[in-house]
Amino acid sequence: MSKFRKKKKGMPAVNTAALPDIVFMLLFFFMVTTTMRETSLQIDTPRLPSALEVKKLEHKSLVTTIYVGKAKDTKYGTSFNRIQLNDKIATAAEVPAFIINARSKVSDAEVPFMTTSIKADKECSVGTIVDIRLKLRDVNALKLSYSAGMSQD
Amino acid sequence: MARRENPEINAGSMADIAFLLLIFFLVTTTMNVDSGVSKKLSEKPPADYVPPVIKEKNIFEVGINRNNELLVEGERMDIKNLKEAAIAFIDNGGGEGKEENGIATGPCNYCKGERSDSSSDHPNKAIISVESDRLTEYGTYLAVQDQLLRAYKVLRNRLSMAKYKISYTELEKAYKDNKTNQDLKKKVEFIKTSYPQIISDAEPTN
Repeated sequence: MSKFRKKKKGMPAVNTAALPDIVFMLLFFFMVTTTMRETSLQIDTPRLPSALEVKKLEHKSLVTTIYVGKAKDTKYGTSFNRIQLNDKIATAAEVPAFIINARSKVSDAEVPFMTTSIKADKECSVGTIVDIRLKLRDVNALKLSYSAGMSQD
Repeated sequence: MARRENPEINAGSMADIAFLLLIFFLVTTTMNVDSGVSKKLSEKPPADYVPPVIKEKNIFEVGINRNNELLVEGERMDIKNLKEAAIAFIDNGGGEGKEENGIATGPCNYCKGERSDSSSDHPNKAIISVESDRLTEYGTYLAVQDQLLRAYKVLRNRLSMAKYKISYTELEKAYKDNKTNQDLKKKVEFIKTSYPQIISDAEPTN
C-alpha cells in the first residue's frame, strides 16, 4: 500500500525557471540578425530567375537596389516592365538621379565599391534592363548584380 | 517593521513577454542574403571611339530572339548545349595570344581544345557576344549569362586543378579568407588572366 501512496504524489513539476533565458537567447539572436525592409514594394515581389554562378553581395550599405516587375497599382498597366526606385514607380530616365542620391549617403572613398542590384522579375524584358544599364553607365555606376536565386542543378 | 523582506517579483510572465518579442522578430526578420550574377559594365566610350577590328573567328555570337530561342554561331541551339559549345570555343587555342604591354602571350599551352583554325586563337582573345532582342525574357537572358559563366568556371577549375591541385572555387575562397596572402593572390590572378571572362552585350535589336 505504501508503494501506491508514493505514486499518487505525482511527478514533480518541471523547473521552467530557465525558460525565459532560452527564449531571450533566441530573441537576441533574431534581434541581431534581423534587417527591416526599408522600402515598401510598389511592385509584386519579383520572381527572381535562378542561376548557379551567383555571388553573394557584401556590404549591404553599399548596395542600391532597383526593382523591376509588375506594378501593384493597376493604373501602371499589367506589363512586367515597371521600374521602382525608392518608394515609387519611376522610369529609366530617373535612374541617374537615384544613383547620385545614393552616392551622397556614403563617403567618397567608398563610392567605387558601390554595387547596383537589379531585382527583376524573370518575365520582364531585356529592353528594360538594357535601358537601366545604359543609364547606369552614364553615371559611371559600373558594378552591377543581377539578383538571382541559387538554382538547384 | 511592517515587512521583513521585499516580496519577490513574480517573474512567471517574463517568458510570455519574451515570447511575444521573439515572435515579432521572427516574423519581421529576413535571413536571405542577397545574391546575384555580378557583372562589370564597360565604361562609356568617348564619342570619337573607333572599335577595334576583331577577327570573326574570335567572336562567339550568341543571339536570343523574342521567342527566347538561341542562335549560336548561326545555328539554332538548345540552352543546355550552350556550355559545351562555349567551352569548345574558348578553349580552342588555335593561334597566338594577344600582346600585352608589348609582350606576346604566345600560343595557349594549357588549352585542350581542337586547335582549329576556324575558332578562337587564345582564351584572352576569345570574345563572347550576347545579342538579345528587346522583348527577350530576362529569365532567358540571365540563364544564358549563367551558362557562359559556368563554361568559364569549368575551364578555370580544370586549369587550377592541373596546376595547383586545388579547384579554382576553393582557391578563390581561400584567398577571400586570407587576402594578405601574396602567393594565393598570384595564383588567383594567374587563373583569372589565363581564362578572362570576356562577355560583351551587344546593343539589343528591336
